[in-house]
Amino acid sequence: MSVSKLSVAQLDAAYGQAQVLFDVSLEIGAGEAVALLGRNGAGKSTTFRAILGLIARPTGRIVFDGEDISKCPPHEIVRRGLGYVPEDRRIFSDLTVEENLLVGRQPPRPNAPTWTPERLFAIFPNLRELRGRAGARMSGGEQQMLTIARTLMGNPSLLLLDEPSEGLAPRIVEQMIEAIREMKREGLSLLLSEQNLPFARLVAERVYVIEKGAIRFVGTVAEFDAQPDVRHAYLAF
Amino acid sequence: MSFYFVQFVTGLSSACSLFLVASGLSIIFGVTRVVNFAHGAFYMLGAYIGYTLTDRLSGVVGFWGAIALGALAVAAIGTLIEMLLLRRIYDAPELFQLLATFGVTLVVEDLVLLIWGPSELLGPRAPGFTGAIDLFGQPFPTYDLLLIALAPLVLAFLWLLFRRTTWGVLVRAATQDREMVAALGVNQKWLFTSVFALGVFLAGLGGALELPREAANHTMDLQVITEALVVVVIGGLGSVPGTFLAAIIVSELNAFGILVFPKISIVLVFLVMAIVLIVRPWGLLGRAEAAARAASGMVLSRWRPLRAEGRLFAVLALAVAALLPLVAGSYLVGVATEVLIFMLYAASLHFLLAGGGLASFGHAAYFGLGSYGAAIALKACGLGMETAIVAGTVLGLVGALVFGWFCVRLSGVYFAMLTLAFAQIAWSIAYQWTDVTGGDNGIIGVWPSAWAASPARFYWLTLALSAGGIALLRAITFSPFGYALRALRDSTLRAETIGIERRRVQWMGFVIAGAFAALAGALYAFLKGSVFPDNISISLSIDGLVMVLLGGVGTVSGGIVGAAIYRSLSIWVISHTDYSKLVLGALIVLLVVLFPKGLVGAFEAWRSVRTLAGLHRQNP
Repeated sequence: MSVSKLSVAQLDAAYGQAQVLFDVSLEIGAGEAVALLGRNGAGKSTTFRAILGLIARPTGRIVFDGEDISKCPPHEIVRRGLGYVPEDRRIFSDLTVEENLLVGRQPPRPNAPTWTPERLFAIFPNLRELRGRAGARMSGGEQQMLTIARTLMGNPSLLLLDEPSEGLAPRIVEQMIEAIREMKREGLSLLLSEQNLPFARLVAERVYVIEKGAIRFVGTVAEFDAQPDVRHAYLAF
Repeated sequence: MSFYFVQFVTGLSSACSLFLVASGLSIIFGVTRVVNFAHGAFYMLGAYIGYTLTDRLSGVVGFWGAIALGALAVAAIGTLIEMLLLRRIYDAPELFQLLATFGVTLVVEDLVLLIWGPSELLGPRAPGFTGAIDLFGQPFPTYDLLLIALAPLVLAFLWLLFRRTTWGVLVRAATQDREMVAALGVNQKWLFTSVFALGVFLAGLGGALELPREAANHTMDLQVITEALVVVVIGGLGSVPGTFLAAIIVSELNAFGILVFPKISIVLVFLVMAIVLIVRPWGLLGRAEAAARAASGMVLSRWRPLRAEGRLFAVLALAVAALLPLVAGSYLVGVATEVLIFMLYAASLHFLLAGGGLASFGHAAYFGLGSYGAAIALKACGLGMETAIVAGTVLGLVGALVFGWFCVRLSGVYFAMLTLAFAQIAWSIAYQWTDVTGGDNGIIGVWPSAWAASPARFYWLTLALSAGGIALLRAITFSPFGYALRALRDSTLRAETIGIERRRVQWMGFVIAGAFAALAGALYAFLKGSVFPDNISISLSIDGLVMVLLGGVGTVSGGIVGAAIYRSLSIWVISHTDYSKLVLGALIVLLVVLFPKGLVGAFEAWRSVRTLAGLHRQNP
């Protein structure tokens, strides 16, 4: 791990009075792809939402590109180059594909790849034909591609991808893997949450395992594979 | 035939201003989820500021320049209010923003009175549009024709704005999912502010453009806000074309209603709204809203029945209250009686709103039905006070039974709007059915029976009935029925899957709340000795919401405290200043900003923080 891209230290988070994250710490190096593994309800999405400031995070330090962002509102964090792709896609269904992309647009930044609709259509060819179509009239796989493309329009240097393979047909999953590899080649750092272990293995170098809102394992993919008990204890496979 | 055609065209020209106001309201709601009650006030300001500017500046910038400047000035005022007030309370429960904008409306009403005086102000005619043309043998003002042409132009402008500009795309995206828009790097603050500014600009423009048609006056704000709410609901919240369509429908209903049913012309519009909401609950061109997630974290401390010390406190409070007539004069006893009545009224709305999660904007309907039922039973049927109070309560109960059946088919803002519509129907009946209700003259001479005639005795009677009613409402809240009602409030889906029948339970809740409000209304009739359409007015419905929210929606019966404070305060303010609305409005705004959880809510939060701190001290 070279220069730190994102460093999360001792993060707690709560929905109302129910605490859901306990002392979560994460490190992502520049250009690195990291997988956050865990069961349904383990706290993956909450971790992402807390990093972005979408839920209250009373404690913890979040440093992105050397600056503390733990007090910043979501839009400021995104404008610093931290892109977020939600699990439930949240396509603007009244808007066309092109309009959806427009909402995500941010100025280019020096330390990150610059994306245009044309370049994104090259990675996600399906979207090119649908550019004038309303988000409501798209399949799940198409929506998943659109939600990633939309976030890339913000030219992030780090991408938080929440369960990108969830509910997708195998053929689409393959396209997704190819797309993620393309992003990595462009120099994008990645933190993706997954339940799909083979998928995570194909794209990530390091692994965090989360269970009941706390980190239970940190290591490389090889180290993770060497400890099947971790897998049995905290994951459903 | 030609007469009807001219009537039709007149309707079209009225639709213009209504469309401007309603589309602004709709756009603001779509993005910020604020039902901007102050929109009528902005419309009124547009007319008054337009009057002054056309008067002073017509020589410099011309009539049209002055109108545009007037609308811009109103937009500037609106922007200021958004930045200083609404920004602080976007995270508060939805109704709070309604409350704040209601406060703004009150302030604006008195400021207009202070600045422009009480008389109506007739504005100048638009240059070049002062005459009339011959339309099928009937004279028709050319200015009205101009307005008819203007409305589609504004619609086209808005359409282009939302379809062809980045800002418009962001607004449409935010209308659908504002959190996601923020998560894509858009600064919501400025998006909200700009949307609010545009919406208020449209209201101001609508008001200024009415100047050549009708004099600026003090009732135009409430009149237009009611109609605009109806238009927005019929058209579909957030849909500008729907608003356009609905503005025409409502204006035509007004134009023809007068001809066809002069007695019930006001009822007609609300009847159509009720029908639309039942057939297409999300309006003509709107779309069904995704079920809102249960409001989490709203209830601060778990709801519990009173424990021993609480009961003791209640009994002591009752005892002290019962002793009041022995020490206080009859004026104070009268005030206290009124406060007690409004505590019962607020408790009944609190039961529905806090317990059932059902925000009724028209709770005054049942209060008013109670008043009228009692008064009619006494005066027209010659029954005694005791029977009359029962009759009033029963009338309110029956009203809630009928209206509630329709209302519980909807939820959220649409529920609120339908309750408002029914309240307006009840108001129109009281206002227009003069043979029975006396219309504007009301029913007078509604005095209690001899045994309860003295202020002290009537006070004791009210104390007994109000305290009994409040106790009963609390008992219902903690009965199995109350649990079912609250379960539906917290998670409709989960409650339904364990076999709770949503509509029936909520309907019953509605009826219970209505019956207790009617009891309060019946008592009020005997306290005042008279009944007027004001007993069903929108402002009384809103007063109810103010009291409940002031007390705190997250509490079991904060509404009682809210009612005691708000009603005493308003009686005091009204008797001490000519500008009571200014003071009350400013106070509401201040309280909303300072105590977004309500007064009792703030107290509970403070207590729970103290308890937590205490726990920490004990187990460090």
